[in-house]
Amino acid sequence: MAKQGLYYDEPIIFEKSIPGRKAYSLPQNDCPAQDLSSLAPYRRKEAAGLPEISELEVVRHFTRISTKNFSVDAGFYPLGSCTMKYNPRLNEAVAKLDGFNGIHPYQPISTMQGSLELMFELAKDLAEITGMDEVTLQPAAGAHGELCGIKLIQAFHEKNGDTKRKKVIIPDSGHGTNPATAAVAGFEVYQIKSTPEGFVDLEELKNACDDTVAAIMLTNPNTLGMFEKDIVEIAKMVHDVGGLLYYDGANTNAIMGYVRPGDMGFDVVHLNLHKTFATPHGGGGPGAGPVGVKAFLKPFLPKPLICYNEKTASYYLEYDCPDSLGRMKTFCGNFAVLVRAYAYIRALGGKGLKNASELAVLNANYMKSCISEFLNAPQAGTCMHEFIVNPANLKDQGVHTSDIAKRIIDFGYHPPTIYFPLIVEEAMMFEPTETESKETMDDFIRVLAAIVDECRTNPEIVKTAPHNAPIDRIDDVKACRELNIRWEKTE
Amino acid sequence: MNYLPATDQDIKEMLEKIGVSSTEELFKHVPSEVRLKRPLNIHAGLSEYEVLRKMTTLSKKNKTTSELVSFLGAGAYQHYQPLLVGQLISRSEFFTAYTPYQAEISQGTLQAIYEYQTCVCEIFGMDVANASVYDGSVALAEAINMATDKKHEVILTTALNPEYTKVVETYCHGYGVKVNIAKHKNGLSPVEVYEPLMSKNVGAIVVQYPNFFGNIDDIKALADFAHANGALLIVATSDVAAMGLLEAPGKLGADIVAAEGMSFVGPLQLSGPSLGMMATTNKLVRKLPGRIIGKTIDSSGNPAFVLTLQAREQHIRREKASSNICSNQGLNALAACITMVTLGKQGLQVMAERSAQKAHYCYQQLLTIPGIEPVFDAPFFDEFLIKLPKDVSYVNKCLLDEGILGGCCLDRFLGYYPELDNVALYCVTELRTKSEIDNLVNKLGVILRG
Amino acid sequence: MAHGETKVLAGLSYTKEHEWLKVDGDTVRLGVSDFAQDSMGDVVFVELPEVGDEFAEGDVICTIESVKAVSEVYAPFDCKIIAANEVLLDAPETINSDAFGEGWLVDVEGAVADAAVLSAKEYEEFIKEA
Repeated sequence: MAKQGLYYDEPIIFEKSIPGRKAYSLPQNDCPAQDLSSLAPYRRKEAAGLPEISELEVVRHFTRISTKNFSVDAGFYPLGSCTMKYNPRLNEAVAKLDGFNGIHPYQPISTMQGSLELMFELAKDLAEITGMDEVTLQPAAGAHGELCGIKLIQAFHEKNGDTKRKKVIIPDSGHGTNPATAAVAGFEVYQIKSTPEGFVDLEELKNACDDTVAAIMLTNPNTLGMFEKDIVEIAKMVHDVGGLLYYDGANTNAIMGYVRPGDMGFDVVHLNLHKTFATPHGGGGPGAGPVGVKAFLKPFLPKPLICYNEKTASYYLEYDCPDSLGRMKTFCGNFAVLVRAYAYIRALGGKGLKNASELAVLNANYMKSCISEFLNAPQAGTCMHEFIVNPANLKDQGVHTSDIAKRIIDFGYHPPTIYFPLIVEEAMMFEPTETESKETMDDFIRVLAAIVDECRTNPEIVKTAPHNAPIDRIDDVKACRELNIRWEKTE
Repeated sequence: MNYLPATDQDIKEMLEKIGVSSTEELFKHVPSEVRLKRPLNIHAGLSEYEVLRKMTTLSKKNKTTSELVSFLGAGAYQHYQPLLVGQLISRSEFFTAYTPYQAEISQGTLQAIYEYQTCVCEIFGMDVANASVYDGSVALAEAINMATDKKHEVILTTALNPEYTKVVETYCHGYGVKVNIAKHKNGLSPVEVYEPLMSKNVGAIVVQYPNFFGNIDDIKALADFAHANGALLIVATSDVAAMGLLEAPGKLGADIVAAEGMSFVGPLQLSGPSLGMMATTNKLVRKLPGRIIGKTIDSSGNPAFVLTLQAREQHIRREKASSNICSNQGLNALAACITMVTLGKQGLQVMAERSAQKAHYCYQQLLTIPGIEPVFDAPFFDEFLIKLPKDVSYVNKCLLDEGILGGCCLDRFLGYYPELDNVALYCVTELRTKSEIDNLVNKLGVILRG
Repeated sequence: MAHGETKVLAGLSYTKEHEWLKVDGDTVRLGVSDFAQDSMGDVVFVELPEVGDEFAEGDVICTIESVKAVSEVYAPFDCKIIAANEVLLDAPETINSDAFGEGWLVDVEGAVADAAVLSAKEYEEFIKEA
C-alpha cells in the first residue's frame, strides 16, 4: 500500500458545492396545480443546506474516498470476535433480485409469499443450527438481539410473577455489550471473575446463584477462544436456582455442526448473521441478530411472528400475541441481510457449515502455533476459532499492542482486535476464519515476526506507524477535545 | 459451494505444525455429552447456479412495485432513488469493510459518515447528529432515554406511528420510564392534549412531524410548552423527504430529532432498508448514543476522520453505558448520504413539493367519489386519511386485482384506532403520475358503486 | 501497564482510589493523584457535579474521560459540593499537566475521617505495591 498511486486528497463534499449544479432527475408534476396555501405557515424559510453537485462529481467523490478503506476484498482481516470471512458474491446477487425489492411492509400478505417463505425457512435452519425451537428474525444487529433475548427472559419471569429476579450474571471476560444490555433492560449486573485460564470460576458462580438470578450471559467458546468445559455444570447451577441461560452468539463460527447452544443447556441465543453467516459488515451495518429460544419462551417473542398455515398452504404474519415482549423495531428485521444468510446456508448445506467451523478452528490453531513462537500466548493448548497473544515478552522495548497493530497496517494487512478481552493485559485477538488460505496466513505470520524483530532493533518505526497508510497516525485526543462532528460553512 | 481454500496437503501441514493428528482432536475438550452426534438436518449444499435458481423462483412469488402501483406509506415510502446510489454502495471497499475502528485504513467510511452527519444536521436544522441507529423507532426510544435520565416519564400521542409506540413501550419498560399516551384531537396533537398528563416527572414530549395521519402540528408551540415545563421536545419523522418543504424542527425549538431515513436508502424490501437518524443540540451531544465521527488531524497535520467520544459507549462503560448499541446502519447511512447529496439543496425541495402537489390532487379527486368522506381537515404533507363506505380490506383486495396497492387499512393496528373505522391512510409521492392517480380514482369509484 | 515515574505530593491526604484531599478549615479540596492521571492518559472530558449537590460516601462525584477509558471519582466521605473547577470544562488536559494544582476537581464540605485516608508516605507505599 503506497501513499502515492491512486490516493486523492478529497475535500468534504460540501466544499465542492457550486450553486445551480444538479445531479437529480425527478418526475415532473403532471397534475393540475393545487392550492397549497394551507401549508404556508409550516414552510421552510431556508432550504436545507445540502451541497449542489453534478452527477459525475458525486460518483467521483465516493469512488475516491472508497479507495481509502481497507476491506475483506482487499486483504486479510484477522479481527478477533468479528469473523471477517469472505462475503460470497452469490449472496449479493440474490439480495438484488427484482422480486425481493419494491415490497411495502403493509402490502397484502398474498403478494409477499416469497419473502415470508424465505424468512420462515431461514428461521427453521437457524433453529436447527443452534438447537433451539423457535427463532425471531426481527433484531437488527447482535446487540439488538442481545437486548431482545434478555427482554424475553424478563417477560418470562414477569409472567410467572417472579419479580425479585433482578440479577444478571456476567463473567468479566464477556463482551462489553452484555453488561450494557442487561442494564438497559433494567437488570442489575453481577460480574463474576474468571479463572486464570479464562473460564467461569465455579466457586464465584456458586456464590452468585440465588433466587434473585434472572439469567447468566455467556459466550461459548468464550472471548478468549476457549471452550467452557464446565458448561453442563454451569447450566445446572443456574437452572437449579430458577435462572435462565443466555448465549451470546458472537462466536458461533467455531461450533456449527459440532455442538449446539440448545444442547449445552442454553434457553436463549442470539446469532450475528454478519459474522457466522457471511453477510457483509457494510462498514458497520446493517447486520442481523436473530434470536432463538426454547419452546417455553415462544409466547414472549416480539411481534409479529412469521407463521405457516397448512390449510391454505400460505405464510402469514401473526400479530395477536398477548404475552409478547412487544417490538424491537418496526416491521420484521433487516430483510436484505436475511436473504444473504439464507443463500449462504443453501450453498453450504449442513455438511458445509460443519466444514466451515472445522477449518475456522484449524486455521486459528495453526496461526496460534506459529505466532506463539514469538509472542506470548497466555492460554496454553488448543483454542477454538480465535486466540489471544500479547507482547509481554517485549515489555523492555516499551512497545504497546496498539503500536504493533498500527505497524501491521504498513504491510497491507488489517490489525487484530486489540485490548479485548479486558482481562488480558495488552491483548491481541486473532481470528483468521476458514476462508483464508495457508499462504495468506503464512505471509501474515512472517510479517508479524518481522515486526516483533523491529520492536527490538528499531522500536521507533513501530511506535510511529503506520507509514504507508492513506493517513499517518490519527490524533484522537484532539478529536475528543476539539469536537468537530459536522462540516460548517466558513464565511 | 463452500468457499474453503484448504487442500488436503494444507490441512496435513497445519495439523503437523499444531501437533495433532486430526481436526477432531481440536474439539476434544468439548464435553461429549453436549456434542451433536448426528449431521445437521439441513439440505445438502447447492452450486451457485442452483442457489440462484432457487432464490429467483422464491422471489417471483412476490409482487413488487415494479408491477403494482403503490399508494402505501404509513412509515415506509417509495421515493426517487438515484441509480448511482446502489452502484456506489456496491463498491466492496465500502461493503466488505468492518466498523472503522482503525482510522488510518478506514478514511472512506469515516469521511462518508461525517458527511452523512452533516446532511442530517442540515435537513433537520440541528447542531449535531450521530452515525445512525437501527431504525426510526429505535432512534425514538434512544431519544427518550436521552431525555429521561433525571425524570422518568414521557408523553406520546396516538398520532404517533403505532409501531413506534410499541417499540418505545418495549424499550421504556427496561429504562423504568412511564409512557403516557394522549389521544390525538382531530388528527393533531396540540398542546392541550399533552397538558393533562404534564408533570414535573415528564422528561420529554414526543410529536411526529408530519404525524402518522400525514398531518402537520405546530412544533413551535409544543417546544415552548415542553420547555416551560422543564421537559424536552422530541420530534419523530418517518419520511425524511418532508424536510424539503416543512420548516426544520431545529428552527422550531426541537431538542432531539429521531427519524426514519429509509426513503433515502433504497427500495423497500418488506422490512428495511431501515436507517435511524438521530440529531440533537450541542448541549445534549454527550448524551447522544451510538457512534459519532469527528474530524481531526493525523501526526503530519493532514485532515483526518475518526470515531470520537467513544468513552460514552458500551465497550468502555459496560453496564454504565446509556445504550447497548455497538454498530450503526453503516451502509444504509452511506446510501442516504449519497441520496441526499445527489438530491442537493434543490432536489430535496422539488421532491417534497411535487409529493405534496400530487397528494393534494389525489385527495381532491378521491373526495369527488360518492361515499368517500374526509376524516380530518388539518394541513397535510403527502399522506391523508379518507373514510370509505365499504370495508377497507375488501376494497384493497379489489384494487389489488387492478394492480393497485390501496391505502393502509387502519384496522391492521388491532383496535388501536376504534374511532377510525373503515378508514384508509393514503400516500402519494412524487413518483405517482396523474394517470396512475386518475386510474385509482376510476377504479375506486367502480368498486364502491359495485 | 507500565507507568512512568509519578510523584506524590507531601502534605496532602490520599485515598486508595487515587484521589488527593487538602483540608482547609471546613472545606476539603479534592483531586486525582499524579499516578491516576498518568494511568488514565490524555484526559479529554470531565463531567463535574453542580454546586449544592450532595453525595454519600462511595457515590460517584465526577467522571473523567480519556480517549478510550472512563474513570470515576468517588466521594471519600459524605459531602456537599461548594465549588467545581470549571476550568476543566474547557481545558480538561489541566488534569494531566497539573493534577495537584490547577487540575483540582471540587471543593466540598464534610467531615474527613482520618482512618479513611492515607498519608503521603502511606500512599507512596500503596502505589508501589499496585
